[in-house]
Amino acid sequence: MSWEFFLVTLITIGVAFGGLMGTIAYLILVERRLAAFIQDRYGPNRVGWAGLLQPIADGAKFLLKEDVIPGYVNKTLYILGPSIAVFTAMAGFAIIPFGPVDQAPSWMRFVIAPDVNIGMIYIFCVGSLGVYGVILGGWASNNKYSSLGSMRASAQVVSYEIPLGMSIIGVVLMTSSLSLNDILMHQANQGVLGWNVWTQPLALLIFFVSALAETNRLPFDLSECEQELVGGFHTEYSSMKFALYFLGEYAHIITVCFLTAILFFGGWQFPLIAEADSAYLGATLVKVVVLLTKVLMIILLIMFIRWTIPRFRFDQLMNLAWLGLIPMAAMNILVVMTAKQFDWPIWTLPLGSLAIFVAAGLIGTSGKFIVSDQTVDFSESPEGYVHVHS
Amino acid sequence: MAEELTPISNDDVVWMEEPEMGFWESTFLPAIFSGLKNSLRHVTDFKPVTQQYPEEKPDLPLNYRGVHRLNRDDKGRVKCVACMMCSTACPARCIDIVAEEVPKDDPLWADRDKRPKTFVIDELKCIYCGMCEEACPVDSIELTHIYDLTGFTRQDMKFNKEKLLEVFDQTKDNPRDPIRTHRGVLGPASDFTSLPPVGPATQIPQGDKASKPVSTDVIKQG
Repeated sequence: MSWEFFLVTLITIGVAFGGLMGTIAYLILVERRLAAFIQDRYGPNRVGWAGLLQPIADGAKFLLKEDVIPGYVNKTLYILGPSIAVFTAMAGFAIIPFGPVDQAPSWMRFVIAPDVNIGMIYIFCVGSLGVYGVILGGWASNNKYSSLGSMRASAQVVSYEIPLGMSIIGVVLMTSSLSLNDILMHQANQGVLGWNVWTQPLALLIFFVSALAETNRLPFDLSECEQELVGGFHTEYSSMKFALYFLGEYAHIITVCFLTAILFFGGWQFPLIAEADSAYLGATLVKVVVLLTKVLMIILLIMFIRWTIPRFRFDQLMNLAWLGLIPMAAMNILVVMTAKQFDWPIWTLPLGSLAIFVAAGLIGTSGKFIVSDQTVDFSESPEGYVHVHS
Repeated sequence: MAEELTPISNDDVVWMEEPEMGFWESTFLPAIFSGLKNSLRHVTDFKPVTQQYPEEKPDLPLNYRGVHRLNRDDKGRVKCVACMMCSTACPARCIDIVAEEVPKDDPLWADRDKRPKTFVIDELKCIYCGMCEEACPVDSIELTHIYDLTGFTRQDMKFNKEKLLEVFDQTKDNPRDPIRTHRGVLGPASDFTSLPPVGPATQIPQGDKASKPVSTDVIKQG
């Protein structure tokens, strides 16, 4: 391993890490402003022009606030919680290509850890480890609200890791590779119609919904529950440790948005301006911009969803995952496997997705989706109590 | 016995069924997209309702109760006659008055017997209920529309006679804070010619214990 490789790795880590941190800081501002606009407010607009210095003020506040560690907590685990949350989120970002890797200049290769063959598995491994930070934080806080929040988080992860993993199996089968760059190139070589969003819309839907749950975003942020309950796993956390949790969460969101763009929306590929064989001056830069634009669009969609869909109740969340998403994801895998085995043309895949979707809707319409054949009998209750027969 | 314990008769119970979910409803997607469209419309058609406070002062209702003032009469003297009615009426006991007799040889005070030597209101203790205003027989103490009062110490927030008169000088020309000089007339509450009818909040069914008049041996009955 030459020293140049080492140097390039250091530069890449510096650029990616710094860019990620700055992006997170400013995405929080974007989210606050957007939330304000959706709710007919102004949002933070005092610090700097249009509130542009607000992230710096927030950061300064997080650093200067008193760092409280309650006396009754397990100190080691309490501090370990946010560290794990941030560490796993950053480690997950390591294999995300944020530009065209094969055309990268020598001093910057657009990915921190290149050529990871098991990229998808690595991302899901590291990403699901992030919930350990939440569980650990909630448990070490020695507080029943915190531990309930972390319980909800762990139950949620149990439900949502499965459809998340299952939804991308179709994409992986299509490409015969787990490497993100291979999946990207497979789509880029086929042009805009080769994007996986056309061939596997159902997989995109399942992946996106599970990813929202995985990153603890609304409507699935049961582990936080700030409005309805006292709080979630972070009840006892203050100042920078609190901020680290949400830094990790936001980094995770960015990772997931990169994944969505790369797996389903063709990564940096865009018709006419950024094709796989385009070699005009600055094409690399254009590809980076295209990818980042796609990612930004998905992040904005997630922000919109936050203020559109109310938070799911716990049983609704479980119902959706176990009775809705997992069977649909399993059926989708079956369809892709069958199509690949018998060499069916590519247009059978979206038809298969549509068929599964319609079938799920029809099952929901017939009322067998949610188990409720309870009858209420009031007549034989002279005391006025209600007997429920199931 | 069994009849009596039934809270309402079974015929009066209407059982509502949750409507069956249609095809599109059970797929969730149309509802989500229409919701997203609604959210987006708020961004594209942005009509903020926020009041930008320090620049835009809020338009308070006319009966808003803010900082007190001590009115002056037409000779510029403090109107207060130190009768202690306001401090007696005050539920928070934040008004402290020390009275003194007026100097006999001063022609300015010839028509008065008493005046406040000191008059201190602790604005931090005050609950701004307006009872002092109601109690004052000479309409001397009144509440103004000043709401943004601040101070660096607790002592700053104890308003003495001079400061309260200063508040009067500040606010007397403001049309929102008119000087109410209706000597001999009862307070603003007397302006009501009729009171709204007061009835039970919910219908009490016949035979309910609550609808019976309270008897002395209510405990034995129960």
